[in-house]
Amino acid sequence: MNDRVVLTGFHFMNGDHACAEGAIAAGCRFFGGYPITPSTEIAERLARRLPEVGGVFIQMEDELGSMASILGASAAGVRAMTATSGPGLSLMMENIGLAVMMEIPCVVIDVQRGSPSTGLPTMPGQSDIMQARWGSHGDYAVVAYAPASPQEMFDLTILSFNIADRYRVPVLLMADEVVGHMVERVEIPSKDEIETWQRKHPDDTPGEAASPFMVNDPDLVPPMIHAGDGYKVHFTGLTHDELGYPDMSAETHDKLVKRLMDKVKRNSSDIIRTEGYYLEDAEIAVISYGCTARSARHAVREAREQGIPVGMLRLISIWPFPIDVFQELSNSVEKFIVAEMNLGQISLEVERCVKCPVRGVHHAGGRMISPEPILDAILGVAE
Amino acid sequence: MKTAQIAEKHPLDEIIRADRMPHIWCPGCGIGIAMRCYAQAILDSGIPVDQQIVVSGIGCTGRVAGYMNIDSYHTTHGRAIPFAVGIKLANPALTVTVFSGDGDLAAIGGNHLIHAARRNVDIKVVCINNFNYGMTGGQSGPTTPKGARATTAPYGNPELPFNLPYLLAAAGANYVSRWTTMHVRQIRNDILYTFTKPGFTFIEVLAPCPIGFGKSNSIEDGLAEMFLYKERCVLVQDGDVRADELGIDLRENLPIYVGKFIERYQPPYQSIRMEAAG
Repeated sequence: MNDRVVLTGFHFMNGDHACAEGAIAAGCRFFGGYPITPSTEIAERLARRLPEVGGVFIQMEDELGSMASILGASAAGVRAMTATSGPGLSLMMENIGLAVMMEIPCVVIDVQRGSPSTGLPTMPGQSDIMQARWGSHGDYAVVAYAPASPQEMFDLTILSFNIADRYRVPVLLMADEVVGHMVERVEIPSKDEIETWQRKHPDDTPGEAASPFMVNDPDLVPPMIHAGDGYKVHFTGLTHDELGYPDMSAETHDKLVKRLMDKVKRNSSDIIRTEGYYLEDAEIAVISYGCTARSARHAVREAREQGIPVGMLRLISIWPFPIDVFQELSNSVEKFIVAEMNLGQISLEVERCVKCPVRGVHHAGGRMISPEPILDAILGVAE
Repeated sequence: MKTAQIAEKHPLDEIIRADRMPHIWCPGCGIGIAMRCYAQAILDSGIPVDQQIVVSGIGCTGRVAGYMNIDSYHTTHGRAIPFAVGIKLANPALTVTVFSGDGDLAAIGGNHLIHAARRNVDIKVVCINNFNYGMTGGQSGPTTPKGARATTAPYGNPELPFNLPYLLAAAGANYVSRWTTMHVRQIRNDILYTFTKPGFTFIEVLAPCPIGFGKSNSIEDGLAEMFLYKERCVLVQDGDVRADELGIDLRENLPIYVGKFIERYQPPYQSIRMEAAG
């Protein structure tokens, strides 16, 4: 059965299935989910695949329960994930907040569709980007990646598990209907080539003095104790001290929430992934991510053929936002264009980070942004 | 001259986080009594304490997780059951108990309650029913009797309450019983029994909430409610009362049925497993 864990080789596979295979290869052995277009193929694939590798698949009664179930499984020491789309992500926000507060690693796949509300169930969107960052209540930080191909659905699912475990933080994979349903070549490497990072465990043996939320390392991540390890730990969504006990004081609250924010910020160089094209001599930079980045790259290539000094920065990670990358880029670039399938979410972040004009190419969703309006925008700002 | 002897150690010190005392519960509240029965059952079970997990939701009963000296998870409102399902399926060796209140389990968490019972997941649920939302100050909930007063039912509750054993029996639980906080032996025995009873088990424990429910409904204190239990509890034997007759109205002079209502032997939920990976 060993050869059924990592399906090494070249496949012609859609993004949702590639995501499921990435999860299995990463060691995910628990999936709790609820069917929703356009993410359902992930659940269907895992319903077939997880039992083959000794994992657990459960179709829960709703997304509230799905999210809670993966936190329980992860708290018991098993890599766990769920997959959904916008309406389901809204319901998961409650327990994404709990995952942040309890510092339980988990992976949430959001295959975005046209939103808000029921929106366009079978058609693409990129409008959950701000919800991924701020959708649960309170100040907190999470990590989000945006795959632009079925290959990245595989690769970034593995990275999502690794980052979630290393930093004890929820990681959202912000896919879209296009990359979820697109069929392309996917290369699955050999098992030995797949890197999986382990959770940090406490050094001491179980005893009365366990302080499960005591931080001794510069990464601000406490070691993870699992249900049944023998430490008699308490996990709560309430503000808690280093013992894990509720502590209703403004001082403890401020210290805890700041650490949860700083944990992601301090480790951002390990988390952030971007990719540049033709940026060396660029005066104009196109910013894009997910399926829209495919059109953007096409437009940038065409503009280069016309002699326009344009480059492109693709955001592979969305959150935390790569502020330093933008500040450095704005030393050489004079104009920014942001192309995204929403009415301006990442463009606001770019405006916040750079000192020059930012022009948006936006569409509310329902069909992929084609290269033409992006090329038009490039030609427009180049004049 | 004699000096008072202060006990240095309580027999349940190992199971209860003594450093968390005093607890938050009001004088006359019944939750502590039920928690003590749970702690006693853990101690008497012989199951290694490391294998005992408690999960609770939000509300007064939700605080039980924080007072038990075992691995404990105080989750979001209504989500204790799916969180517990995740733990149990990820590590079936653990004994996973959900200890939470009627509002948490039957209102905001009602969907998870019936579906976990339908699946017959091997988790142990203890539901403290005090007929109202206590922590937020005595609002009506899914178990508040029709006509009873609450801060959000100032003219009397216009809704009908859940008959929880009937609901759980219909949903497919393997074991359903009800006691009151007067029945400390029975609660302890039942929790102990359900630790090794495969499948979804549900124990409803009626508990006084003199500050939240009692004060608005002419039950003067916790002790008065205990006397009321004593006078009106009727033990159901061999299913001699139909499940649809098990509803409660504390204020009426009607019997409060207690006992074991449902015992089934359906195999518990097991996730599909092919041959184990090599």
